[in-house]
Amino acid sequence: MKIDTDYPDALALHEAMQLIRSYEERMTAIQAEGAAAGTCTAVGQEAAAVGVMAALGRDERILTNHRSAGHLLARGADPGRLMAEAMGRATGYCKGKSGSLHVSAAELGVVLTSTIVGGELSLATGVALAHKQLGLPGVVVCIFGDGAACEGVFHESLNLAAVWSLPILYVCENNQWQAFVHRRETMVGERVAEWATGYRIGSAVVDGNDVHAVRAAAAAALAEVRCSGRPFLLEAETYRLRGHFEPDDQAYVDAAELAAWRDRDPLGRSRRALLAAGHDARALAELETAVERRIDQAQAFALASPYPELAELTRDVFA
Amino acid sequence: MSIMTSQQALADALAIEMRRDPSVLMFGEGVATKRAELLAEFGAGRVRNTPLAEGIIAGTAVGASAFGLRPVIDLLFAPFMCFAMDELVNSAGKLRFLSGGQFSFPLVAMAMTGGGWGIGPHHNHNLEAWFAHAPGLKVVMPSTPADAKGLLAAAIRDDNPVLFFSDIGLAFASGEVPEGEHCVPLGKAALRRPGGDVSLVSYGKCVDTCLAAAETLATQGVSAEVLDLRSLKPLDEQAILASVRRTGRLVVVHEASRTCGVGAEVAALASEAAFDSLRAPPCRLTGPDAPAAASFPLEQAFAPSAAAVAAAVGRMLEGGGTVADAAAVA
Ligand SMILES: Cc1ncc(C[n+]2csc(CCOP(=O)(O)OP(=O)(O)O)c2C)c(N)n1
Ligand SMILES: [Mg+2]
Repeated sequence: MKIDTDYPDALALHEAMQLIRSYEERMTAIQAEGAAAGTCTAVGQEAAAVGVMAALGRDERILTNHRSAGHLLARGADPGRLMAEAMGRATGYCKGKSGSLHVSAAELGVVLTSTIVGGELSLATGVALAHKQLGLPGVVVCIFGDGAACEGVFHESLNLAAVWSLPILYVCENNQWQAFVHRRETMVGERVAEWATGYRIGSAVVDGNDVHAVRAAAAAALAEVRCSGRPFLLEAETYRLRGHFEPDDQAYVDAAELAAWRDRDPLGRSRRALLAAGHDARALAELETAVERRIDQAQAFALASPYPELAELTRDVFA
Repeated sequence: MSIMTSQQALADALAIEMRRDPSVLMFGEGVATKRAELLAEFGAGRVRNTPLAEGIIAGTAVGASAFGLRPVIDLLFAPFMCFAMDELVNSAGKLRFLSGGQFSFPLVAMAMTGGGWGIGPHHNHNLEAWFAHAPGLKVVMPSTPADAKGLLAAAIRDDNPVLFFSDIGLAFASGEVPEGEHCVPLGKAALRRPGGDVSLVSYGKCVDTCLAAAETLATQGVSAEVLDLRSLKPLDEQAILASVRRTGRLVVVHEASRTCGVGAEVAALASEAAFDSLRAPPCRLTGPDAPAAASFPLEQAFAPSAAAVAAAVGRMLEGGGTVADAAAVA
């Protein structure tokens, strides 16, 4: 499997975001049919995922969380194997044992995915210690939400990473929501990045719905980590346009706020920018169709895949 | 052989294993301070003090173990592990399975527990069964300095997460310890004393209690066998069943509280798999379902005494009462 690090132009970034959007919309339909439990989408957050992944090199190790389909796809995951995993099939990245919520794909450098909110923050320091101690190439990229930043282990992680000078790029996807609770009810400030200051960790905040801005900020942050060997925190301000998981009527969401963020939908922005730059509307429509075909194929692959044999019930418990 | 305490035996194992394998490193609160000899030999990269934050200590060990290091962490006292439960149980114990076998976690998490210091239940809580109940984790608890060394070495070499519990009350007890490299395989019990009338199955410092009870029983013409589990997971089911089949009677003795303790598992195993051999219902002698008090007499009364073990065996042989916890017997 090829790790995708090569996003030569705006069109490639747009296509990657479109792939995530189509994948997740398809997953919500599959969930509605009862064929995939626990679907957490990141609709509206595609620019944060693609922008960060487009800035990384092949040797980076990435830790992520429950809302990770975008990260995996942007890193080059095969939508078929990812969908197979979400549907509990043996051909999935984790033999169907993970489901959609804790997908690791070591071959892509996406490792130790935890659905315990904040779990990735507790593990990233160790991965970075191994990188530092053993001189492994690449830095560790730890992606988490604003909710995870409210867990104690976020603070333990940043403190240790700072004290031990660990090469970690912390990426907070601040999507304003922590399951069914708005961030403003749970945090004193507006931004998680402010908390990094207390640990003397450098930080930056970026418009998480602008894929080019995210890519540039992530590249700069990564360069900073590579050069200093120290942690850095990048906060992408974005918005979860769908519910916490499927189905979710979002009755608790302020309609005006949702509408305002819909206007900032990263795919819409990217499309408008491409058109303004002279791209042909028909070519973009064809791209969307081609992406839909890929998702059709992915779904067909997943549906044709067998479930794990029952011996898997107790396999892989111990090494 | 040389004579050393369990504490010294652990230090010996750490030094030998760190010398043997450069990927072994150790960290925890005060580790570099208290293990100055390791720090001097292996340097600050491999012997580290940490912030007071058990969650991130354990999480760091889990993450590091997945990518080429073999961390040993000292979480000091077992109750402090409550701050590290997510990392130990949800990450170390589950992420190998969840990922379809993509990762392994060769790490050791050490902690002390049990009575002997008199400072109460936030330092003394025999919670080892919690981890035996959690998937993906191994659990050991030695009763002798030689086993402390050998089990720690084996735990470090094992490719799985191992919880390593030491009895506070045994820390300074000394015994013969093999010199140089010494491994005691995980999952193998040790027959400490052969006997024909009853199997006393135990672990940790209660093994000594059972040995003392066996001495007393011998003077009464009762031949007690003492089996030291050493590993609580994997449990040496064969050794337990072989012993029970030999003697036909089972008394399980531990300091940990009764409900859902290791004793329940051992008794259930014997009932399920050696029922035909049993001449009496299995009996558990355990600590009470209560926190351990600081007060010295209460702390001492928490763990079953040798007299209580001998008395329980006596009643079992007479066909009298069977189940009694330490408090009820005292
Ligand atoms: C320890 C823990 N508590 C609660 C949950 C349930 N839960 C799953 S996702 C989530 C919200 C997490 O919010 P955030 O970190 O901002 O990530 P987001 O879902 O917004 O991407 C919650 C509460 C959990 N999985 N783990
Ligand atoms: Mg959030």
